[in-house]
Amino acid sequence: MRPLDEIETTAVFNKLHKFVGNNLKNIVLESQAHEGPEPNPGRYCFRMQKNRVYYVSESLVKRATNIKRDKLVSLGTQIGKFTKGGKFHLTVQCLNLLAANAKHKVWLKPTAEMSFLYGNSVLKGGVGRITESIQVNDGVVVFSMSDVPLGFGDAAKSTVDCRKMDPNGIVVHRHADIGEYLRMEDDL
Amino acid sequence: MAGPKLNKKRGGRAANPPPKKKQKALPTLEKETKEEMIFDSDGSEEPEVLENSDEEDQGMDSLSDMSSDGDDVYANDILQGSDDEEGSGEEERGAQGDSDSDVSDFEKEAREIDEEKAREEVDAEAELELNIKNEANEFALPTEEELEEEAQRPPDLSNLLRRIKEIVRVLSNFKSLRQEGATRKDYVDQLKMDLISYYGYNDFLIEALVELFPAVELMELIEAFEKPRPICLRTNTLKTRRRDLAGVLLNRGVNLDPLSKWSKVGLVVYDSQVPIGATPEYMAGHYMLQGASSFLPVMALAPQEKEKVVDMAAAPGGKTTYIAALMKNTGMIYANEMKESRLKSLTANIHRMGVTNTIVSNYDARELPKVLGSNSVDRILLDAPCSGTGVISKDESVKTSKSALDIQNCAHLQKQLILAAIDLVDANSKSGGYIVYSTCSIMVAENEAVIDYALKKRDVKLVPCGLDFGRPGFIRFRGHRFHTSLDKTRRFYPHVHNMDGFFVAKLKKMSNMKPTSQQSDDGEVEEEESELVESNDQEEGVKEKKQFNKGSNEIATEKVIKEKKQLNKGSSVSGAGKQPPLMEKRKKKEWPSREEIAKNREEKRQALRESKRKR
Repeated sequence: MRPLDEIETTAVFNKLHKFVGNNLKNIVLESQAHEGPEPNPGRYCFRMQKNRVYYVSESLVKRATNIKRDKLVSLGTQIGKFTKGGKFHLTVQCLNLLAANAKHKVWLKPTAEMSFLYGNSVLKGGVGRITESIQVNDGVVVFSMSDVPLGFGDAAKSTVDCRKMDPNGIVVHRHADIGEYLRMEDDL
Repeated sequence: MAGPKLNKKRGGRAANPPPKKKQKALPTLEKETKEEMIFDSDGSEEPEVLENSDEEDQGMDSLSDMSSDGDDVYANDILQGSDDEEGSGEEERGAQGDSDSDVSDFEKEAREIDEEKAREEVDAEAELELNIKNEANEFALPTEEELEEEAQRPPDLSNLLRRIKEIVRVLSNFKSLRQEGATRKDYVDQLKMDLISYYGYNDFLIEALVELFPAVELMELIEAFEKPRPICLRTNTLKTRRRDLAGVLLNRGVNLDPLSKWSKVGLVVYDSQVPIGATPEYMAGHYMLQGASSFLPVMALAPQEKEKVVDMAAAPGGKTTYIAALMKNTGMIYANEMKESRLKSLTANIHRMGVTNTIVSNYDARELPKVLGSNSVDRILLDAPCSGTGVISKDESVKTSKSALDIQNCAHLQKQLILAAIDLVDANSKSGGYIVYSTCSIMVAENEAVIDYALKKRDVKLVPCGLDFGRPGFIRFRGHRFHTSLDKTRRFYPHVHNMDGFFVAKLKKMSNMKPTSQQSDDGEVEEEESELVESNDQEEGVKEKKQFNKGSNEIATEKVIKEKKQLNKGSSVSGAGKQPPLMEKRKKKEWPSREEIAKNREEKRQALRESKRKR
């Protein structure tokens, strides 16, 4: 387990910024951690273990240091993975974190939920609500009508264009969804 | 023609019935005329008819008793018509008797038939009574020949089942129902063989179950093992509430109910239109599919917020996530799992349920005290790997694959694990110091024996689990005698509690010391350390006296050391009378050794300096 270096940190923050925008400071700087056995809350930080980035509270990090590197499997919440080429991708486990701080949201109709959870992209016909001022390639978090976070992805069209589209057009390219817990449990 | 003859036939059976029957069959006038006709006409026919009737009677005799009884009863019903007929019947009989000379033969035969019928009735009644007994005693243990025959034929399942039920019935009331010459052991052996072939168990497991349960309960248990337990799910209180979740699932078409009054987060699923393990709520981490018995060790553990908890065998993560939910994501959990292949499901479940205070590691749980440090953790859950004899309803292969060696290996591993767990816990923790040991097995060797071992080897004691339903564990079992506090442990059975077979025990660590009655090195070291602490004050005074006592005393002091160790083993730490001589001896031992140490160090330093100069 090691802290992230400069390049890695910028990559992670860039990706997060796409989804949460200014709320990034909530996540990184002003975070109040309630984990850990100490009475005072620490903060959250990022650590890297085997090309996966974890978002952990500092007290947990301190106590994880006596576990050997090859025996440590996971700590706190996994945010994403670095590929062999050095690119950073967010994974589905950070959905809770993103959903709490998301700037751009899309709500799906009940009929379109299952299709999204099977791994398909979001079509215009399945969109129930959509926040204003989404631009192309913004990070979007997908919810169900009962405000259950279902996944996240990239906006294919801006909100304005989305209204003019035909019902079969793609609105959000899917990056990750909670169906992956069942479909791809081994790859997570 | 048939009328009076029939009457005569039936007349043999009972006095009253024949005339009444005759009355019912034909109107009186007709009968009278027919009688006269018959009496007049056929002397020859009568014997034939009578013979026929005799044959018929014999035929009736040879029929089974029940049917003859039935006929008799039926006949009686018909014949016991009204009282009016009696008088006329008698008249007619009188008429019959007076009319012909043939009648005397007739009468004789009638009387004979009468007597026969009377005998028959008595026999029938006696046989009725006998029947009830016979059906019980009818069951005889099969002889060896019969067993050989059976072994050659394919097994007759209904016969086996019948025999099993009969033996259980006999065993439950052995004195009255036993077959003569058959011992209890014979019945039990036959029962074992039948159970093995009917239900598909192996010898060892059936032996073990027979030792654990009386016959009737054994059958209930085995029947319960054949059926699956109901599917349960646990609401994830980090993300939702049971009411809300139940509402959402009911809308999706799942038929469910709250689990029981002892759980506030459990739901039991009867049936479902959608796959219960693939709903969007499941994927969002609102609930976890978990057997009802898996709730129990975590409820017994009762982790508090801001504690440090270790789950030593965590995969697939149902109990770990429950612990995190109870702690509300505060504090810290170490989830450890030895098998790599199960780690993926553990991490996936942890992330899916939104647990953020967990560190997942991949150690052999026996190494954890070295990794995390002894006496460092508030609570530990040890859901030990076991033989799985309590979850036969989930996995039928356990019926045939477990042997005595498997159980022994499991028990050995469990004993090591529980000692490691006890060493990990901090006895002086403010809010904790508890270990919960649980298995999904019903074998005594893996449950009570392991706890008893822990009680002997470490300074722990059993405390109530907090689960008031459930059977107390065994205090004594066949040859073993366990500590009396073992009745605070709890056993759960499928046929009693409708959950998988389970065992839960909660231990509290009293102190961080390991008991000194042990002839272990740790014990000796601790004793010497404690004595050293006490004797330090006086030593310094003696040091000045003994400065010049060096080399000559070395050998002597070594012997003294050995003697002292032996003395220490025997005496208690607070044996005041022995302390002064011991201390003097120790001082003798300490002084030269310290000077020696100083000498050695100086020599080493000089050697180092020289080696550095050379470089």
